[in-house]
Amino acid sequence: MNDFHPGSRYLSAAFGVTWRYLHNLYTRPAQFIPSLLFPLFFLAAFAGGLSVVADSPDFGYYDYTAFQFSFVLIQASALAGVFAGFSIASDFELGMGRRMMLATPNRSAIVLGYAIGAASRLGVTWVLVTGVSLLAGMDVGGGGLDLAGMYSLALLGNIAALLFSAGIALRFRSLQAGPLMQMPIFILLFLAPVYVPQALLTGWIEPVASVNPVTAILNASRSLLAGEPTGVLAAYAIAFGLIAALTVWAITGLRRAEVAG
Amino acid sequence: MSQAVLPVQVGAMAGRSVVRLIRQPAMVVPSFVFPLFLLAVNAGGLDSATEIPGFPTDSYITFALGFTFIQAAIFSTMNAGQGLAQDIENGFFSRLALTPMRPSALLAGQLVGLVLLGQFQTLTYLAVGLAAGAHISAGIGGVLVLAVLVSIISVGFGGIGLVMAIRTGSGEAVQGMFPLMFVLLFFSSMALPRDLIAQDWYRTLATINPVSYLIEAIRSLMITGWDAEALALGFGVAIALAIGSISAAAFSLKGRMLR
Repeated sequence: MNDFHPGSRYLSAAFGVTWRYLHNLYTRPAQFIPSLLFPLFFLAAFAGGLSVVADSPDFGYYDYTAFQFSFVLIQASALAGVFAGFSIASDFELGMGRRMMLATPNRSAIVLGYAIGAASRLGVTWVLVTGVSLLAGMDVGGGGLDLAGMYSLALLGNIAALLFSAGIALRFRSLQAGPLMQMPIFILLFLAPVYVPQALLTGWIEPVASVNPVTAILNASRSLLAGEPTGVLAAYAIAFGLIAALTVWAITGLRRAEVAG
Repeated sequence: MSQAVLPVQVGAMAGRSVVRLIRQPAMVVPSFVFPLFLLAVNAGGLDSATEIPGFPTDSYITFALGFTFIQAAIFSTMNAGQGLAQDIENGFFSRLALTPMRPSALLAGQLVGLVLLGQFQTLTYLAVGLAAGAHISAGIGGVLVLAVLVSIISVGFGGIGLVMAIRTGSGEAVQGMFPLMFVLLFFSSMALPRDLIAQDWYRTLATINPVSYLIEAIRSLMITGWDAEALALGFGVAIALAIGSISAAAFSLKGRMLR
């Protein structure tokens, strides 16, 4: 055991947490299925019910299903991160978190394990959301590189949401903190240009959306899907900035959990 | 047990229901804040929809305000069900069953609290909506009709929550209904008039969804003034929902009392 390289022990612990997380997720349909259905529901409700909004003067985007797909992709990716935060809270509430901390010399491996798990579950969500959107007649304007950029942005959104939720979960160590993880993400997502392009927003939401970091990520994602990349570098910079700040938030949460025992 | 005791029992249960709501802001606050948040987001985000030919008003907030009342009423499903499920889980219900309390008093008491909350929500949403630029074409009379309709809708949705609570005895199961309620809400004419929904399948869903008629009745008071057809359909659906859910709750309660 002591012959293991510290790096491989660290990764082994992280992958152990990931395996346990994914095993629990996929063997509990009641936990997994709602997280798949929720984005599809939003896709159907927005792309189906509001498609006539694309007829508004100056709408300017080529396809309303594609317009909503970008939002749902980012939303589903972020919520997958939040759901992983729920699992952290639940594990700590039930005592599993303490046992994991006892067994892991470098405890940041626990957060890394959940982060890899949250990112891994995205594959199924992305295939489902993309498949349903294509079946619903979504046109894809971007090429392979554009789409890789778009999915990478969604992945960064997932990591940021996971780190935020992990920070809350590790501080409260109770599922009762669930709304504190979910609501800020939900609110931030809806304060972006969800229904119409940013230029068509009016009233109070227009200045709010312009300073909301999700707006830049969403706009870049939509531009990549359309094959006309705009503001992509800024979106990546914002996403990496969020991840850097939220890593500090999650690690300080981990320290609080360690102190609490 | 004389009939005169019934109002006393209803009063006692209603008082308890109201006090419990007041003492648990975590249960009440989301049902106030979340509909207002969605109203604000939708009004800002979808204002350009008013430029679509055939849109019935040039103020999206006036159009969207009706949806806010229904959303709050649907939250009341959770409040009513959660309260009763809590009583069942912690044994209060079983102790109550040993007293001469009439089952109808128990149901009525739970619902009175909801109706009062519904009225408070109506006033709050109207005040916020009017301050934000919405208007009510039906005037003061329309506000009174709105208050009556919201009360019936609250009783109807509250009844569904009570049925779930009585049948399952679990607060978690009542909370589990939330996504279903959300689906009912979203697959309706909440964001656009039905005749402007471009997708046939969505328009069909919105047409068979009773929630559309509740929203459209309230919306008619805001936009049209007095639309007899919309109001008749809205009141019809609300009354049918209230009768159906309360009957089902009474039936379920009888079964649980026997257990």
